[in-house]
This record gives sequence, C-alpha cells and structure tokens, in this order.
Amino acid sequence: MMELVCPAGTPAALRGAVEAGAHAVYCGFADETNARNFPGLNFSPEELAEGVAFAHRHGAKVLVAINTFPRAGAQALWHRALANAEAAGADAVILADLGLLAHAAERHPKLRLHLSVQAAAANPDAINLYAQAFGVQRVVLPRVLTVDEIRAINREIDVETEVFVFGGLCVMAEGRCSLSSWATGLSPNMNGVCSPASHVAYAENSGAQEARLGGYLIHRTPKGAPVPYPTLCKGCFTSPDGKGASQTGHIFEDPVSLDATRLIPALQKAGVRALKIEGRQRSRAYVGQVVRAFRAAVEAAYAGAPMPEGLLAKLTEGQAATTGAYAKTWR
Amino acid sequence: MPAPLPPLPLAPLNLPLSRLMRGMAARHPSILRRLGAHAGARILLDVTDAPFLLLMEPALRRLTAHRRSAAPRADAQIRGKLRAFLAMLHGGEDGDALFFSGELEIAGDTSVVLALRNALDDAELDLTEELVAEVGRAGPLLRGAARAIARQSGLTLSRQESLA
Amino acid sequence: MDLTIGPNAFFWTAEAVRAFYRAVAASPVSRVVVGEWVCSKRLPFWQDEIPGAVEALQLAGKQVAITSLALITLPRERRQTAELVEMGLPVEINDLSALRHIPEGAEFWVGPVVNVYNEGTLDWLARRGATRICLPPELPLDSVARLAEAGQAAGVAIEVWGHGRAPLAISGRCYHARLHDRAKDSCQFVCGEDPDGRDVDTLDGQPFLTVNGVQTMGRAITTVADQLDDLRAAGVASLRLSPHIGDFAAVAAAYDAALAGLPRLAQQLQTLMPGASFCDGFLAGQPGVARAAVR
Repeated sequence: MMELVCPAGTPAALRGAVEAGAHAVYCGFADETNARNFPGLNFSPEELAEGVAFAHRHGAKVLVAINTFPRAGAQALWHRALANAEAAGADAVILADLGLLAHAAERHPKLRLHLSVQAAAANPDAINLYAQAFGVQRVVLPRVLTVDEIRAINREIDVETEVFVFGGLCVMAEGRCSLSSWATGLSPNMNGVCSPASHVAYAENSGAQEARLGGYLIHRTPKGAPVPYPTLCKGCFTSPDGKGASQTGHIFEDPVSLDATRLIPALQKAGVRALKIEGRQRSRAYVGQVVRAFRAAVEAAYAGAPMPEGLLAKLTEGQAATTGAYAKTWR
Repeated sequence: MPAPLPPLPLAPLNLPLSRLMRGMAARHPSILRRLGAHAGARILLDVTDAPFLLLMEPALRRLTAHRRSAAPRADAQIRGKLRAFLAMLHGGEDGDALFFSGELEIAGDTSVVLALRNALDDAELDLTEELVAEVGRAGPLLRGAARAIARQSGLTLSRQESLA
Repeated sequence: MDLTIGPNAFFWTAEAVRAFYRAVAASPVSRVVVGEWVCSKRLPFWQDEIPGAVEALQLAGKQVAITSLALITLPRERRQTAELVEMGLPVEINDLSALRHIPEGAEFWVGPVVNVYNEGTLDWLARRGATRICLPPELPLDSVARLAEAGQAAGVAIEVWGHGRAPLAISGRCYHARLHDRAKDSCQFVCGEDPDGRDVDTLDGQPFLTVNGVQTMGRAITTVADQLDDLRAAGVASLRLSPHIGDFAAVAAAYDAALAGLPRLAQQLQTLMPGASFCDGFLAGQPGVARAAVR
C-alpha cells in the first residue's frame, strides 16, 4: 500500500492525523528552519518528542521538515534542528539545501534523508545527484509533473518518490521563487514564509473587497463575495500587450487547489511510493477529514477498487479543485 | 414609536468574562506561548448575533464586553455569527473554510488572527468545559443546560468528536 | 570588482543577438555568459549565433562561459545539457541537475537561480569544482558579505546581481503563452514579441512584474548603482549585468566608469533607460521593489 503522508501543523493536528489513519505525518519546528513558519504554528523540540512517541505508539512515522535554506552565518540554527529531530526519534528529515544535506550525511549518518519539494528536483539527473552525493532515500516530486513524467522518472532512479495529491498548488519551481520577497522582503527560501500575513491588508474600497500584499493589490472581489488570501502567484492582474489590448485575470494561476484522488490508481501503477497531503497551516478539523478520506482512497487503490470522489469539495480553496498537471491538460 | 431600550449594563459582564480568560490561560499554557509576541495584541470579536462586542487581550488575560456604538481600538477584528465562532473553536469546521465562504471575516493585523487561530486550534478547547471549570458545583447543571441549548439552537457548545 | 554580462533572458532575433554581442565585445566587461537559460524551444532560432559570438568575445579578450537552462525537464534538454560540456567553455549551471553532466574536477560556474544561501552550500560546490558563483538576487548584504568571505577562502569568485530585471521564478508553465490563450507546447513563440518581457500590472494600475516565457521577473530594474562601496567592502568579485534592449554597451560602460570612481551612476542609467524604473531593495534586506539606498 502507498504510504499516506499527512501534514501536522500543531501537536493536536498530529494526533488527529494519526488517529484518522495517516501512515506518516510531517511537521516542523517553530522557527524559520521550515517552509511553513507561520505565527502560532509548529513544534517545540519537546512537543516533537511527544508527537513522535504518540505516532510510534500508533504505528505511524514522523518526518521533520527542515527544508528552508540556512542563512549565511546562522547555519547553527538548522544544525540544531537536525540534532533535535534525531534526538526526538524522527523517522526522517526532509531537506532542500545542499550544505545542510552534506552536513546531515556527514554528522547524522543514521538519520534518514528525504529530499524536499523545495529542492525542485524535476528530472532523474537531479534526483540521482542527491541520491549519490548524500544518500537521499526519497524525493518529493514537484507538483507540476504529469503521471507519465513521474513514471519515466521512476524508471531512471532507485529512490522512492512521494507525490502531492491534495491541497495548495505551487506552480513555480519550488524553493526557487522570490516573488514573495520581491513584494515583502520575506521569502519561503530564507524565512519559511510565502506572501506572509504580516504584509497582508484587507480593505473595502468603493463597494469592493480588496486584498493587498506589501501594498500591491492582489485580489478584488465584489462586496459579499469573500476575497481570497493574497498569495502572490494566485492574484488577479492585468497585462497590456503593448498594442493597445490587455489581458486581465489570473495571469499565473487560478486560486484552485489540487485534488488528484481519481489519479491515485495511476500514480500507484507509475511506481509512486507515497502520497502527500499539503496543509500544515490548516486546522485539526481539516486534517482529520482529509486524512480519513485519503486513507480510504489509498486502501481502495490497493484493493483495486474505484476511488471515492468529491467528498472534500467544501475544504478546497475557492471551492474548485484541479488535478493540476498530472492529467497534462495544463501545460 | 417605542421607547429606546435602556443601555445594557455591560460592566458586570467583564468580571466573569475575564475570569474565564484567566482560567483558560491557566488550564492551557500553550495558548499564550503559541501567541508569542502577538499575545500583546487587542483582538475584537464581533459576534454579529450578540448584543455586544468582545475585546480579547491575551497577555492581560482580559476579555471585556463593549457597546457596538463604542467599539474599542483593536489590532485585529474577527466578525461572524456565533455559530461560526463556536464551530471553529470546537474544531467542528475548518477556520479557512469559514473565511473562504465569508462566514467569518477578518480585518486588521492578519498575523495576529493567524496566531490566535493556530493557538486555539492546538489547545482543543471546549467552551462548555471551560465554563464548567469556572462554576464549581454548578458544573453538571451547566453541562446539562449546554446540551439542551445546543440541541435547540444547533450551536456547537462543546468540542465534538472528530467528524467523518 | 569587475563586470560580467549574464546570458540574455529574452527571446531576440538572430540579428539582434549578433548585434548585441558585437557591441558587448567592445564594452569594458571582463566576461560574458552566452546561451539560453529560459526556454529550449527558442534555441533553433538563434543558436547558430553562438559560435560567432564566442569567437568575437574571446578575440576581444573576454572570458566566455555557456549557460545551462534554468529548468531542465525534457529528455532532449538533458541531452543538450550534456553537449554543453563539449564546447570547451566553462559551463554555468542554472539548474543543479546540469552538474550530473560535468565531470568531477572540471571547472564550472553557478548561476543566480541555483540556491547558494550559505557557507555549507558554497563549500560543497567549491569542492565539486565551482570557481564562480552568482548569488541569488534576493540575498541581503549581510549574507553576500559572508559568502564573499567564504568564497575567498575557497577560491570561488562571488558575483552579485548588479543590473537587470531580477529573475523571480521559473515554471514548467509558460505564462507568456497563457496570455495569448495558448499552452507551452503550442506557444507559437509569442515571447518573441516582447524583447524586454511583457508587463504585468495590478488591477489598480501599479507596475508590478514582468513575464518572459516561463520566467517571471521583477518590473523595476534591480541595480546596485548606489551600493557599490558596500559590495566592494564586502569582497564581491564581480557585478552581473543582465541584458536588456537598448544600448547595453553604454550601460556596461556606465557601471565600469562608476567602479573607477565616477559619480552619479543612477542618473546615467535613467538617461540610458528613460522608460525604466529602478530598485535595490533586496540587498538592503527590504522588499525587492524598494528603492532603499539613499543618495
């Protein structure tokens, strides 16, 4: 059976995910060492140790995301996170930075290394480089690959693959995006945040609702229609063509999210080892519902039975879902 | 034209409200820890179907009631029906889903709201149990009353078991 | 501190490319990176210009390197990457996977869209053979200084993004094609219509970003014009100037003169690029859009 890897933003969410049937949960420390560095979220070293103990008692694994790019002069913070994760009994750490991978391979040889989607390893050459250089045993694939591409990658590599099946979509090469720091000075790579709340402002303007990031208008909706969170790449913009016309809309990406439930059997056939649910910043309620549904889906796929559909529509942002790139109508 | 209602006596509410806050903070120390620097913020809760506004000041462990006509200065505001607040608090519904559907609206410092939401989500609060902890021997009576009110009103007054 | 001209990000005609490198050969830069780093579909239209450009530049005494793509995904792109090594020039990797094709011990450069944020990563790349690293544009001065110091110890020259619309993101999806209601596979090369990229504004009319095929860039030109002393003090080896349309040789000459001590570089740049706005927030630890340095 494919391993279901589920998000745990808080200890409560970790327990919820494990109880709902997660095979593994992933979480981070409450600082910039991980890419969901949001206020009030994440684990202290003590909470992690407790969470690992809880998960192991229930037969589940814990993966610790230390997937930002350590700051020059401050690598000790990330090195300490590695040590804390190992001491807490984590089953693997999820890394993106070359220097940190080298450090982990050398100083924590017993610690299992997974390659974060933040490493943007999009082809077998990249994956084999990390496998050979650092002994990485699993790679989280970019969300923009098709099932065919995933199958082709699996043929050329020896390490396990983990693929996102539900939650927020990132269409740019992950871990290589400075859109957020362009507008706010804070980026996923350096600070573990994208389009941070600290730079968000909502306002009502002439009967419309506006959401701004760093002062830039990202979304505008008529009064009564809720305005989405101003994640930069999901914004509504206008682009003049230089000849008098312009295109207005979601220039980069529509604010829909991923639901690849119906592709789970195909992913299984393509050799994928683990399915990942995005959403460490989501509530315990969300996590419980989603994990329960996907556990059922994974079991069904294993048994060769059809996939349950549409159970989760209410939870997907903008109330519309996409299978993303997987079905190749997208590119 | 009917005579205007006499102004609500709000001050007497503040004592039990703040006692509730202090009790919650004592029973769930992780809340203030998760709030971190945001604990010093003033958060206005506008429960639209309640006759008054609530101002939460976590670091001061203070919860006070205010007239709508005299809304206090706040760093962030959350607005919605009582049903939505309780559903989010008790993990019955996802906070993001409530924001996306417009059942809860936020304004002001988004980081503060985010910190509060994450802190409360982790604390797995049960408002009825918090109130029971404050009323001593009247606890069981309060539980019974809450169940009855919940049944009649459809409000989630206690933490539910995880939903399917 | 000297000057490097980075690879052109935009889709120019073969004639435009030829004219560009002829002009650049006569400019006071120390080295030039040629090649295609944004979209492999463009190469057939202009790659025949590359040998001539390399020759002209080398004759003019410039060191020349060839860049890889920033995002290598297709089998033919992986093959093309392997062929770069056979050109006899240092390869600048802009996708880490290109390293798979570079023999151990062979010299290579690292481009601005490979993540080098700390000493550990720099040291690993240096041990692998890197001799020059252009740092990610979003890095603040403190990081730049520490990496320049680490670079000196490791024998790696550190470059900083000195001029040009900053590369902010790369994608498998082509946003230029999308603006014309097409997909990348059937793009009909529309990015060629915008030799400096296509504008993206906010709904309330603020200039914000630029689309260039699969790449998203800033809108204001990132420049270190007012930060030269800081960079020199930090031990930065070179400034990277990224090509734009217009008299780029004059732009390079202006930076060269400023490095020699001539003041008012910012004003000169504004004169040379009258329609452009400029920013320098990244290095100052502020939003990239900001104009932080005070003069």
